[in-house]
Amino acid sequence: MAKALADVPPKGGFSFDLCRRNDMLVKKGIQLPGFRKTGTTIVGLIFEDGVILGADTRATEGPIVADKNCEKIHYMAPNIYCCGAGTAADTEAVTDMVSSQLQLHRYATGRESRVVTTLTLLKSHLFSYQGYVSAALVLGGVDVTGPHLHTVYPHGSTDTLPFATMGSGSLAAMAVFESKYKEGLSREEGIQLVSEAICSGIFNDLGSGSNVDVCVITKGKTDYLRNHQLPNPRTYVSSRGYSFAKGHTEVLSTKIIPLKAKPEVAVVDAMEE
Amino acid sequence: MALRGDWVYENNGGTCVAIAGSDYCVVAADTRLSVGYSIYTRDYSKICKLADKCVLASSGFQGDMKALQKNLAAKHLIYQHQHNKQMSCPAMARLLSNTLYYKRFFPYYTFNILGGLDNEGKGCVYSYDAVGSYERTGYSCQGTGGNLITPVLDNQLKSPSPLLLPSRDAVTPLSESEAVDLVKDVFASATERDIYTGDKLEIIIVNATGIRQEFLDLRKD
Amino acid sequence: MSIFEYNGSALVAMVGKNCFAIASDRRLGVQLQTIATDFRRIYKIHDKLYIGLSGLATDAQTLYQRLVFRHKLYQLREERDMKPETFASLVSALLYEKRFGPYFCQPVIAGLGDDNKPFICTMDSIGAKELAKDFVVAGTASESLYGACESMYKPDMEPEELFETISQALLASVDRDCLSGWGGHVLLVTPTEVQEKALKGRMD
Repeated sequence: MAKALADVPPKGGFSFDLCRRNDMLVKKGIQLPGFRKTGTTIVGLIFEDGVILGADTRATEGPIVADKNCEKIHYMAPNIYCCGAGTAADTEAVTDMVSSQLQLHRYATGRESRVVTTLTLLKSHLFSYQGYVSAALVLGGVDVTGPHLHTVYPHGSTDTLPFATMGSGSLAAMAVFESKYKEGLSREEGIQLVSEAICSGIFNDLGSGSNVDVCVITKGKTDYLRNHQLPNPRTYVSSRGYSFAKGHTEVLSTKIIPLKAKPEVAVVDAMEE
Repeated sequence: MALRGDWVYENNGGTCVAIAGSDYCVVAADTRLSVGYSIYTRDYSKICKLADKCVLASSGFQGDMKALQKNLAAKHLIYQHQHNKQMSCPAMARLLSNTLYYKRFFPYYTFNILGGLDNEGKGCVYSYDAVGSYERTGYSCQGTGGNLITPVLDNQLKSPSPLLLPSRDAVTPLSESEAVDLVKDVFASATERDIYTGDKLEIIIVNATGIRQEFLDLRKD
Repeated sequence: MSIFEYNGSALVAMVGKNCFAIASDRRLGVQLQTIATDFRRIYKIHDKLYIGLSGLATDAQTLYQRLVFRHKLYQLREERDMKPETFASLVSALLYEKRFGPYFCQPVIAGLGDDNKPFICTMDSIGAKELAKDFVVAGTASESLYGACESMYKPDMEPEELFETISQALLASVDRDCLSGWGGHVLLVTPTEVQEKALKGRMD
């Protein structure tokens, strides 16, 4: 009986089925694959009426760019967003899980989510995995208690700051913040400073690149400025182009399978006598 | 040998391409010098003019690149004093191979492409490994973006097998301007996907009239 | 040796105008020894949805069986086929479940969604989704494929041109990878038909 249920969808949580086999492979001298990283520049700052988050859009696998325009500013709640750096799968999964917990919490309480709630959920998850879930986050939002900005490290420790940077480009971005940040920036000044910090990461850190994403959160309003700046267009396109004439490739066999149009409820013909 | 056991090299990245035509040779390399996630400089020329009709493009460890270029330049100077002429490209190719193999067990960590015109004025490209194994080809590509560019060059310029008898000419069918256009395009493509390639492209065109230089801006991220 | 290099593979998917193509090589090897030359890495989920699984072949086949099982459960419950986006989330969830003991597979998913909008996507072995508008690649020949596709891809290609482009990109790339090759399979999916072609390539 139990056998029959063996592969029904599980309720959740990690599965460690393959760990023994994979350890055996490692002992035999096999390398485990690298995961997709977001060698990243992510930043956030508090301005006069809220929080601004910023991120670049490059995802890398070793020295190769896997995604030129990925989204690193994740939705947590309508008034809370979170930038993720580290292993792409982890940042994606941890933010998704926490945002669904927040949604359920809002259904239960009927109140706007708070940034501290989000922070606690994130850090307790990350702490319980002892840093093996490698997500480094910049969390920002505005709730009833005002604007908040936090950083979360993979081991679960957190910081509360007026301006923050994370990822491989964090030093390049922090250099900009340290020299130009002041309290009570206006919205335009804030966006400008965040863009400048991200650009500093994009141009000076090889793990970061492509475009600038910005997210401005103010009391009761959130503006997600996807691809706010596009400072890196392709510089040259061949005037000749590559076009291949039909039949250029040698084909051994072709099978054509016609697809039926939408399986509408067919009008059945009257049966023949 | 004293340094055995320690990794005394660094890879400073970068990509080199060379294409030989019937009466020209195009040699190109990006100008980014980097290590890890940092850029040392955006404007370092990886191409070195060794003789009137012979240029060397290298990627790998910058220190060895520089030492190798100096070494070859010195040997070329002695050659000029002894023979009262410039070294030909095939001769320089053999010299480079010997120079690299001389350091077989403590190699120059460089990946080289030698391009120029041979004694008949035809374009020639010689491609090397780090310890001096070399081959004359119609086109070649090395460095961090090499894996990205090679299949495109194969597709556009595929040369006949070297095993065919009678042997066929390996030079590419493209005209000079078409070859330059192709080089620019493959570098723009490699820059999109390789983090160590970028900033600026330096193109050297060697033909009967001499050596010409061109630049193209690449992505700087 | 990386475990991804044990069997060798090359996978690529490209988007055209209201159509897509997904292609793979045909080699199955055990390191440098070739075992099979007509191996399939692209699996059908339903008429307009395909998944290619690069990496370790044993994991690819196991994962495929689990995916078919889950898709059939969905069909029974919902009486419809999965949308490509939904399916991608399913694959991602299955892979991330094994975050600390992963399947050694990098999937490429391609499908036609509602109103025949093409959808392509790839993931790493722990389910980090990467949605792309142009092309996605995976396998041991991925670097070569990135280079080839980056140069050869054009937006909004018609099916015939898309087929030639993806085929040339695949063949050019596998010729520079020792662990994949022996021709290729290409699936060209338009709203009205699926063309399945076998490509002739170098057999070494």
